[in-house]
Amino acid sequence: MTEPVISVRDLRVEFVTRKGILRAIDGVSFDIMPGEVLGVVGESGAGKSVTGSAIIGLIEPPGRIAGGEIRLHGQRIDNLDPESLRRIRGRKIAMIFQDPLTSLNPLYRVGEQLVETILTHTDLGPAAARARAIELLNEVGIPAPERRIDGYPHEFSGGMRQRVVIALALCAEPDFIVADEPTTALDVSVQAQIIALIRKLCRERGTAVMLVTHDMGVIAETADRVAVMYAGRVAEIGPVRDVVKHPLHPYAKGLMGAIPTLEAEADRLVQIPGSMPRLSNIPQGCAFNPRCDRVFDRCRVERPDPDIPRFGLEGEAPLMPGHRVACHLYTRNPVENAS
Amino acid sequence: MLAFVIRRIMQSAAVMLAVALIAFLMFRFVGDPVNQMVGVDTPQDEVARLRESLGLNDPTIVQFGRFIWNALHFNFGVSYQFRQPVTQLLAERAPATLELAFTAAAFALFVGLIMGVYCALRRDSWLAQIFQAISLIGVSLPTFLIGILLIYLFAVVLGWLPSNGRGQVVKFGDWWTTGFLTTSGLRALILPAITLGLFQMTLIMRLVRAEMLEVMRTDYIKFAKARGLRTRSIHFGHALKNTLIPVITIAGLQLGSIIAFAIITETVFNWPGMGLLFLKAVQNVDIPIMAAYLMLIGFLFVLINLLVDLTYGLVDPRLRIAMRS
Ligand SMILES: Nc1ncnc2c1ncn2[C@@H]1O[C@H](COP(=O)(O)OP(=O)(O)O)[C@@H](O)[C@H]1O
Ligand code: SF4
Ligand SMILES: [Mg+2]
Repeated sequence: MTEPVISVRDLRVEFVTRKGILRAIDGVSFDIMPGEVLGVVGESGAGKSVTGSAIIGLIEPPGRIAGGEIRLHGQRIDNLDPESLRRIRGRKIAMIFQDPLTSLNPLYRVGEQLVETILTHTDLGPAAARARAIELLNEVGIPAPERRIDGYPHEFSGGMRQRVVIALALCAEPDFIVADEPTTALDVSVQAQIIALIRKLCRERGTAVMLVTHDMGVIAETADRVAVMYAGRVAEIGPVRDVVKHPLHPYAKGLMGAIPTLEAEADRLVQIPGSMPRLSNIPQGCAFNPRCDRVFDRCRVERPDPDIPRFGLEGEAPLMPGHRVACHLYTRNPVENAS
Repeated sequence: MLAFVIRRIMQSAAVMLAVALIAFLMFRFVGDPVNQMVGVDTPQDEVARLRESLGLNDPTIVQFGRFIWNALHFNFGVSYQFRQPVTQLLAERAPATLELAFTAAAFALFVGLIMGVYCALRRDSWLAQIFQAISLIGVSLPTFLIGILLIYLFAVVLGWLPSNGRGQVVKFGDWWTTGFLTTSGLRALILPAITLGLFQMTLIMRLVRAEMLEVMRTDYIKFAKARGLRTRSIHFGHALKNTLIPVITIAGLQLGSIIAFAIITETVFNWPGMGLLFLKAVQNVDIPIMAAYLMLIGFLFVLINLLVDLTYGLVDPRLRIAMRS
C-alpha cells in the first residue's frame, strides 16, 4: 500500500478568546492517498475551513494547533518553524479559497501574481516563469492567455478569476490541494465547469485534493471518499458510495437524505431539526446527542470514537474497509447499549 | 480619462469661484477700504474721489467681475499697511512657508509611514505601544504647545537648535529664497517642521496602522500566504501597496491643511512666511492681504485635491476603468 500524502491524526485546534478556550477541531483523523479526492461536508461552522488551514499551516493567533499530528509524506509538518512551513506552502500544499473576487490582489496584474509565485517556488528565470504562467492560464482554460496575462483581476469575470486562482495554486505542481468551497461564490452556471477543471487537472497530475463543499452532487461525482464533520469532529468517513448511499451516522443520514435522486437543483444540505452547538457549549458525550433521534444514555456520557472498528446494524449494509463511524449505535454491543 | 480630468477641473473652478465670492464679500463689507487709506483729516471730496477711482460706486456684480479679473492676473491690490502690491508681499514670503510645509509633510509622511507599518506588523511589541502613546500625545496637544515645549527643550535647555527665524537663506532664481542650502537654514527648519508635522505624522501613523491591519486580514493576503510567498514580499509588496492607496489621498489632502496651519507654527517660531503676514494683516484689518491669502489657500486646497484624485487613478487600476467611462 502506498503512503498517504497527508495524514492527520487526532488533530486539535483551539482559539483563545475572551470567553475562554474554544476547541474548534477536536480529535480529527484521516488520510488522503496520492491522487485521491476527499470530500468534506458538514454544516457551516463544523470546522472544515479550520481543518484545511491547519494542514496548510495558516492557523494564526488567537488560534493554535493544540494537539495531534499532521504529516506530509510521512514527515511531520505541524511543528515546523514558520520559514520551513512557508517553503511547503504553495510548493507541496496549495489552497483554493471560496471567493475568487477577493482572493486576488487587486493592484497586481494576474501575470505578476503568477510569476511571483513561480519564481518563489521554482528555479525558473523571469522569462521562463512568464512562459510558464501563460501555459498555466491556457491549461485552466483562459482564452488568449498571452493577452490576458497582463490584465488586472477586476477585468476577469468570477469564473475566470477562479480559474486564475486555480492556476496560482498549481504554479509549483503541489502534491495536495485544499479546495475550500471553491464554487460557493460562483454563478451556478460555472460551478460545474470549475469543479470539472479541478478534477481534471488533479487527475492528470495525480494531485490529492481535500474538497470542501455543500454540494452533495459534486461530492457524489468527484470525491473518492467523504468525511462528514460535525462540531469539530469527524462523524463518519468512508468511500463515497458507502457514505452517500448508506450513511450510518444519524447526522450523516440526515444530510444524505437531502440529496435528490436526480442531481438537479436544490442539492443543498437538509435542515436537521435544531442547530449545531456553539463551540463554547458542546455537550458531553456525543456532540450530536441533543439533535439525534436515536440518542440513548451512553451518548450523553461517553464520546464515540471513530477509530474503533464497528459492525453494521441489522438490515444495513456491512461496513466496508475504511468506513468509520463515530456513533455508539455501531459499537461491538449495540444491543446492550440500546435501551 | 480626459473627460474625467475636464470634469474635475470644472468642479475645481466652481469651488474657486465660491472662494472668490467669500474673499470679495470680505473686501466689500468688512471695514471700509477707503477709511483704511485716508487719514482723519482728509477732505470729504478727496474721499469721494478716492472711492470713485477705486470703483467702489459701481454695482456689486461689476465689482465682483473686476475682482475676479484682477485675481486671474494675480492682482489683489495694495496692502493698507505696507503700501505695496499684495502679490509681491505674498511672493516674498511664500518660499518660507512652502519650504516649511513641504519639510513638515515629508517628515509626517515618512516617519508616520514607518511607524504605522511597524505598529501594524509588530502589533504587540513594546515599541509599537510606545508609538501608540506618542501618537496620542501628538493628536491631543495643540500645535503651539508642542512648539513651545520643543523650543523650551531644544533651544532653551539644551541649546542645540535655534528657536527663531529661518537662519541664513540663499537666493535662488528670481524671487525664491531657500534655507535648504545653508547649515543654519537647515537647523532653523528642524523644530518648526516637527511642530507643524507632528499632528499629521500621528494621523498618518494611525491611518497606516489601521489600514494595514485591515489589509492583512483580507483574502488576497491569506491567499498570498497560502501560496508561500516570502513574508517580506507579502508585507512590503502586497500589503503595503494596498495600504498606501487611502493613505495617499489623506496625506495629500493634509498638505493643504499643513500650509494653512503653518500660521500657528510661524507665529511661535517667528518664521517669516505668509502665515505671519496674514496674522499681522488680521490685526490691522489689512483686507487685501487677507483676501489674497484666502484665495491662495483655497487655490492650494483645490489644486491638491485635483492632483490627489488624478494620482489615485494612476495607482489604482480599478479606478482607471471607472474614469474612462
Ligand atoms: N479566528 C477565529 N477565532 C475564533 N473562532 C474561530 C476562528 N476561526 C474559526 N473559528 C471557529 O471555528 C469553528 C469552525 O469554523 P470553520 O472551520 O470556518 O467552519 P466551516 O466548517 O464552516 O468552514 C467555528 O465555530 C468558528 O466560529
Ligand atoms: S452516538 Fe448516540 S447521540 Fe450520537 S449519533 Fe450515535 S446514537 Fe446519536
Ligand atoms: Mg468554511
